[in-house]
Amino acid sequence: MQATGEYQPAFTGERRRRLDAILARYPTKRAALLPALWIVQEAHGWISDQAMVEVAQALDLTAAYVKGVVTFYTMYHQHPVGRHVIQVCTTTPCGLCGAEGVVEAFLGHTGCRDLGATSPDGRFTVVEVECLGACGFATPVLIDDDFIESVTPEKVPGLLQRYP
Amino acid sequence: MGYPHAPHAKETVVLSQYFGDAEARTYAGWTKRGGYAALRTALGMTPVEVIEIVKASGLRGRGGAGFPTGVKWSFMPKEKSRPHYLCCNADESEPGTFKDREIMRWTPHALIEGCAVAMHAIQAEVGYIYIRGEFTEAIRIMQAALDEAYREGVLGANALGSGKRLDIWIHRGAGAYICGEETALMNSIEGRRGNPRIRPPFPAQAGVFGMPTTVNNVESLTAVPHIINRGADWYKALCLGNPKSTGTKLFSVCGHVARPGNYEVTAGFPLRDLIYDMAGLRPGRTLKACQPGGSSVPILNRAETESCLLDYEGCVAAGTMLGSGGLIVYDDTADMVYQIMRLARFYSHESCAQCTQCREGTGWTVRILERILSGKGTMGDLDLLLDIGAQMTGKTICVLSDSCAVPVASGIAKFRGEFEAYITGARKPVLAVA
Repeated sequence: MQATGEYQPAFTGERRRRLDAILARYPTKRAALLPALWIVQEAHGWISDQAMVEVAQALDLTAAYVKGVVTFYTMYHQHPVGRHVIQVCTTTPCGLCGAEGVVEAFLGHTGCRDLGATSPDGRFTVVEVECLGACGFATPVLIDDDFIESVTPEKVPGLLQRYP
Repeated sequence: MGYPHAPHAKETVVLSQYFGDAEARTYAGWTKRGGYAALRTALGMTPVEVIEIVKASGLRGRGGAGFPTGVKWSFMPKEKSRPHYLCCNADESEPGTFKDREIMRWTPHALIEGCAVAMHAIQAEVGYIYIRGEFTEAIRIMQAALDEAYREGVLGANALGSGKRLDIWIHRGAGAYICGEETALMNSIEGRRGNPRIRPPFPAQAGVFGMPTTVNNVESLTAVPHIINRGADWYKALCLGNPKSTGTKLFSVCGHVARPGNYEVTAGFPLRDLIYDMAGLRPGRTLKACQPGGSSVPILNRAETESCLLDYEGCVAAGTMLGSGGLIVYDDTADMVYQIMRLARFYSHESCAQCTQCREGTGWTVRILERILSGKGTMGDLDLLLDIGAQMTGKTICVLSDSCAVPVASGIAKFRGEFEAYITGARKPVLAVA
């Protein structure tokens, strides 16, 4: 997570080089916006207003335009989140297989009071997502970048131990 | 094959042959299995020759619309005066569908080969594979395969020594169902909000970056190398029903079944066999309903399911659509009112909010269904839902709005008694809201 205080630019060193390589794949600078936002989120854990200004400057866009795009896509965090973000699918096919019980188990075992809230120790944020595209492996859960299939309420405590 | 289960005798395994075989993920493993032979063959043909073979095979778009793939390619300008682009739609987000995920996870080079053949056919030097942001594992595997393909000279400035440039890049989505709609997908690649565009112009005239563009689904593109290798006639002969539907189709079977997974069957295969014999109901359960083409197609009741043939025409005859092949099964324990509300909630969440009918209509639909589920509905609510649904159908830039209205209307038509039970109080409320 980003420390409070002065903004640390994301596009330095290796990350700047990655952005330059991405820019070469597209005929416009604007097209690098989604990849650039991914790099920022990887660096800071979320996308702050200052980060949007940095991205806007890097791609010759306005900060308002960047914000308009950030707010469209649900995977970009507009607020600080826990060290680990847990996304649980609850759409119909998973709902038929007990996904709501999996959500309850994650909320209970992480201490997150509600969906979208971060646990008091700052370790977890639990969110419900719409269809993770793995309906045959109900219930799929995305923890950070780890895609985990066939999660049941019983498996939740063991899973959480892997994310200190 | 019925991955993650063993192949079933009734399957016709073509695209899914190497699901579960980790060696097939590598360039060495893939070429050992015959990989990139089709690309070599195609690069020795003219683009028009490749298009004619795919046209003759009868291959139709596997993303949901079922438009003939070769015909779509033929819409691209023959005289190339501007850059042409291929966009591979790997934004698989239709609830019930998880086939493209397995294609990318197990046979990434098959998709690269399909993209490369298509790019040759439409004279594109650059292709973007738009993968939904949540598919972290598929993205890692596809990126590793692309790196290998560049290293081995399959892609790059001189693809397979042909003198042609072929570049393929992954563009990662960031959480938006609507980006699976082809014009929204192009906007998302351009670094914009994923709002669908008004057509015309169609992508072949003015697509991504305003240039001629073809958008194809992962499964469609993966079928192409098989057609090049084995011929259009072989593919066309894979047909159990209507001759307008050919080849194999992956069905992602999920919901109330004993063996969920991807089953590959020949076009025209009986839906009842797929559910009863292959995926199987859970012990002691009976079938109540299903949606054979993902969450946006009309719901079939048991009798309709048992007589439905799985091709584009067979599904229409049964009153539904083949869609993406995401088969959601509901057994006798399913609360259809709750499940339909849950589907409506999905569409309400995913509406891009450009069109009033969709932005407001999906939200109203959810609230009325929640009211019914909380025991506060009236009989008039059912007519109100149908009326709103009619206003949401055929009136918007894209079909997300229709997709929300369709399961609601078919659900009320076929399971009206379940809705009425909540309204009369015969059934206990399951929601506390509204």
